[in-house]
Amino acid sequence: MERRTIFGQRLLPVVLVAPQFLLTLIFFLWPACQAIWSSLTRQDPFGLHSQFAGLDNFVELFTDPLYRASIGRTVFFMAAVSALSMSLALFLAVFADREIRGRTIYRTLLIWPYAIAPAMAAVLWIVLLQPQVGILGAWLSRHGIAWDYHLNDAQAMLMIVLACAWKQVSYNFIFFLAGLQSIPRTVLEAARMDGARGWHRFRTITFPLLAPTSFFLLVVNLVYAAFDTFGTIQALTQGGPGKATETLVVKVYRDGVVNLDIGSSSAQSVVLMIGVIGLTALQFRFLGRRQLT
Amino acid sequence: MAHAGHCDDRGGTASNGLTGTGAGFMDWSSHCKRTVTVASYARSTNQPGKLLMKRRTLLAATVAAPFVAVEGSLGQSSKIQVVWWHAMTGANADEINRLARAFNESQSEAEVQPIFKGGYADTLTAAIAAWRADQAPHLVQIFEVGTGSMLAAGPATKQVWQLAKETGVDLDPAIYIPGVRGYYSLADGRLASRPFNSSTAVMWYNKDAFGAAGLDPEKAPATWSELIAAAQAIKGKIGTPAMGAVKFPVTSSWMIWVQLEQYSAIHDLPYATKANGFEGLDAELKFNGPQQVKQWDRLLGMAKQGLYEYGGRDTVPDALFYSGQAAIGFGSSAGRGDIVRNSKFKWAEALLPIDPEVNAHPINSIIGGASLWTMTTKQRTEAEYKAVAQFLKFIATPEQDAHFHQTTGYVPVTFAGYEKSKADGYYEKQPGTDVPIKQLARGTVTANSRGLRLGRLAEIRNILYEETEKALQGQQSGKQALDNGVSRGDRVLREFQKSVGG
Amino acid sequence: MNSRADPVAHVVLVLGAILFVAPLWLVFVGATQDSAAIARGDLSVLLGNEGFDVYARVLAGPVPRMLLVSLGMALAIAIGKIVISMLSAFAVVFFRFPGRHVAFWLIFITLMLPVEVRIIPTYSVMSDLGLINTFTGLWLPLIASATATLLFRQIFVAIPDELVEAARMDGAGPLRFLWDIVIPVSGANIAALFVILFIYGWNQYLWPLLVATNPKLDTIVIGIVKMIAVETQTDWSAVMATAMLALLPPVVVVVVMQRWFVSGLTEGEK
Repeated sequence: MERRTIFGQRLLPVVLVAPQFLLTLIFFLWPACQAIWSSLTRQDPFGLHSQFAGLDNFVELFTDPLYRASIGRTVFFMAAVSALSMSLALFLAVFADREIRGRTIYRTLLIWPYAIAPAMAAVLWIVLLQPQVGILGAWLSRHGIAWDYHLNDAQAMLMIVLACAWKQVSYNFIFFLAGLQSIPRTVLEAARMDGARGWHRFRTITFPLLAPTSFFLLVVNLVYAAFDTFGTIQALTQGGPGKATETLVVKVYRDGVVNLDIGSSSAQSVVLMIGVIGLTALQFRFLGRRQLT
Repeated sequence: MAHAGHCDDRGGTASNGLTGTGAGFMDWSSHCKRTVTVASYARSTNQPGKLLMKRRTLLAATVAAPFVAVEGSLGQSSKIQVVWWHAMTGANADEINRLARAFNESQSEAEVQPIFKGGYADTLTAAIAAWRADQAPHLVQIFEVGTGSMLAAGPATKQVWQLAKETGVDLDPAIYIPGVRGYYSLADGRLASRPFNSSTAVMWYNKDAFGAAGLDPEKAPATWSELIAAAQAIKGKIGTPAMGAVKFPVTSSWMIWVQLEQYSAIHDLPYATKANGFEGLDAELKFNGPQQVKQWDRLLGMAKQGLYEYGGRDTVPDALFYSGQAAIGFGSSAGRGDIVRNSKFKWAEALLPIDPEVNAHPINSIIGGASLWTMTTKQRTEAEYKAVAQFLKFIATPEQDAHFHQTTGYVPVTFAGYEKSKADGYYEKQPGTDVPIKQLARGTVTANSRGLRLGRLAEIRNILYEETEKALQGQQSGKQALDNGVSRGDRVLREFQKSVGG
Repeated sequence: MNSRADPVAHVVLVLGAILFVAPLWLVFVGATQDSAAIARGDLSVLLGNEGFDVYARVLAGPVPRMLLVSLGMALAIAIGKIVISMLSAFAVVFFRFPGRHVAFWLIFITLMLPVEVRIIPTYSVMSDLGLINTFTGLWLPLIASATATLLFRQIFVAIPDELVEAARMDGAGPLRFLWDIVIPVSGANIAALFVILFIYGWNQYLWPLLVATNPKLDTIVIGIVKMIAVETQTDWSAVMATAMLALLPPVVVVVVMQRWFVSGLTEGEK
């Protein structure tokens, strides 16, 4: 974040940052501290018996082979969803950026899925893919394909990756499009006149110019896959079959809300938080510095 | 990246000390070596600025509108407010609203306000969060698996017997059917929470499919051997036109609840020590006994032979029956409404099949559903608690209980409600609706059939789903699945015990 | 570049559109079909026979009010977030004040704590501030999160120094610079953010459910969920009709904001 040119004022920036910082303090940092404190306790749901448990909750997590498997599963899931949704979105955005007739319609059609309420989206996926009564699901069964995500680990994982990536494509599409639209046409014209076309031009000019957008989206997508996919997974597979689709955030919900194990779910959230922060820090460190000439 | 003959100065921007993620993003000034001044830049790009302004004013006005409209209409009333948080949606929610309305119209001191708070788990979480912030509602609908947690809640709740004692309102537990109230009572019979929407497990079967398989449509399989025989007969005819949409003989919703919990109860097998947990927090799970393992092996065997189709967890398999794909479906008696509405074949409701070799005199099944808990706050007044008690008394009157039962499909929780429904001729008009009640009232309640009082029961069920799903995929045997369920489940129970200071 | 025939682009976009429009089409036709048939799995891909009466039925209830509440929330969140995030990012990128790295990272890590864990402590904070069951309580905690801050930070970091220098030479102070240069330059991204944040606010379910008990504060998504019964009869066609209505304002926002994607600054210097 080092710029050569800055403004000299000292008080003004503090005033500008204050509103967000204050809200963050009250609505995030304070609850986060309480969550961290909870992770060091063992308590009943109503908070009537609270005992300090030190790092017991964490030890129990990491000595549980099922939890460790969850971590690996979540990393895979995050990578798959991010890669799939970002690449598909970029692909579509590149074409939607072109000056063709009807592009406003195409763009609207590709953006609207983001607007659909998660609860409704989950219902639609079930309507489509349920093995026995789903439109696509029943079609697959009728044609001899053994489609049953209730009893097939790989199919269940495939389904949640597809469902979660589908929704995220629109989000990525909007920002890729904005990023592409912000590249001055003159730059692209210059490159074209220089003989750089198609894939070559994309690789050497467009994609590097999209770097800020791509970086932003990578961070956001990984965080989305880690946290915001909970609703979709819960609605589709509830983490089953076995534990095939139980990602870390699904487990947090199960332990926090269903099980009312405040200590363990807080500890899991702390682990999740540290993991994602670490991942993001790594991204800033290694991807943020890349020279782009 | 040299573009000979074209204005470029890309190298400059890339090395100006930025972190590089933004370098070269917009090459305004360097391109074509034209200096851009603030003024000229602003001029050429003022369009968005102006539009932004106009838009902002318009938006500001639009934002203000909802504020005014919404804030202005959150009115108050002068009667005693009783806030009731529930987890019902659709037609059941309509009936809850009707109950509240009926109570409000029947007297003028208090007003009950039902509020939807999400599913059962979310409603419980909301209640806990609210209590911790001293904002708890007066009444909250908690599902049966949350009973363990609520009983350990101490001062956060006022149990029914307590409420009755303090307010003087008569809330006699004896009016409730034993099979229903046992789940929510203390070991000595005092009632902790008021049973509300209660259902039990039943077997639904497709009469048309039975006919097509050469079975007597009016005779439901009464034992498991009869069930398997029926399933095989049906399987033999699948694909023939007479069978219609049937693709599998048997499926089951709520597999753990129906096939393990209920099975243990009606055959008088223990699910856990200490009277299924009623007598202590140190209970240990016992559902891996030899008979229960046999039951599990039987289901796994049926699945392998194509007689049993696993349709998923909880209510997901419901659709398999009423869409006509499964000829026999196990599920909750509360699913009747969906079957009535969605099915296109003749069907019937029947008792769960039994194993006479395991127990020749089966007893009652246990209930599922939810009950109503009274919660406390620091400022709650006696008058408010009295209003709550009066509401609980109101909904227990025969008219209200019968109406609730007949509209929602849940069982009547009081004897009087059951008698009134009989008098109304309801069970003739809707044949089969008395099956769950008959099953709940069968025999004498024992320590194994009063219900389950296990902390974090929802988690134990999830564990069993996981282990069973693995077994269904051939990754382990039925015995291993149940054994794993016991060892993992026991760990959960001990955690719960520690967390509530027990 | 003028409009030209680009068959490859059309094919790609049509396929993409089908992939993404298909579910919307299903919701649309589902609203015209019989609920029982839908429950059975007989959802047809064609328009059904029940017609559009279901919309009249649905609009007679609390739905219009819920749409209004959702609209207020969505606007408050979108505008609120954009404003405070832009100010924060601007401060962090263009000034050198003590603690700015710390401030940015503290704001940024808020992305990384799942909401399920924050529920209980956030609820008691809201209660202490008297925000339970108020309209303000619906949106205020939701504008703090850091996605927009990160995006603005990326954009601002990329603004060439020459531009800043030029502004200073012209005698423009930081706020003038913000208004005249930074905001216009970010135009396309602000539009994108507005769409995203509006929809984010529009689809809020868990938070309004927790914080508001007055049914008059129900959002449209809560309304949809309330109609999807768990154990008994869901009126599927009504659910889908409500979902269609719930989709209209976000789609309108998307269409309107399209102009910004183009009118941004693609013209370059003219």
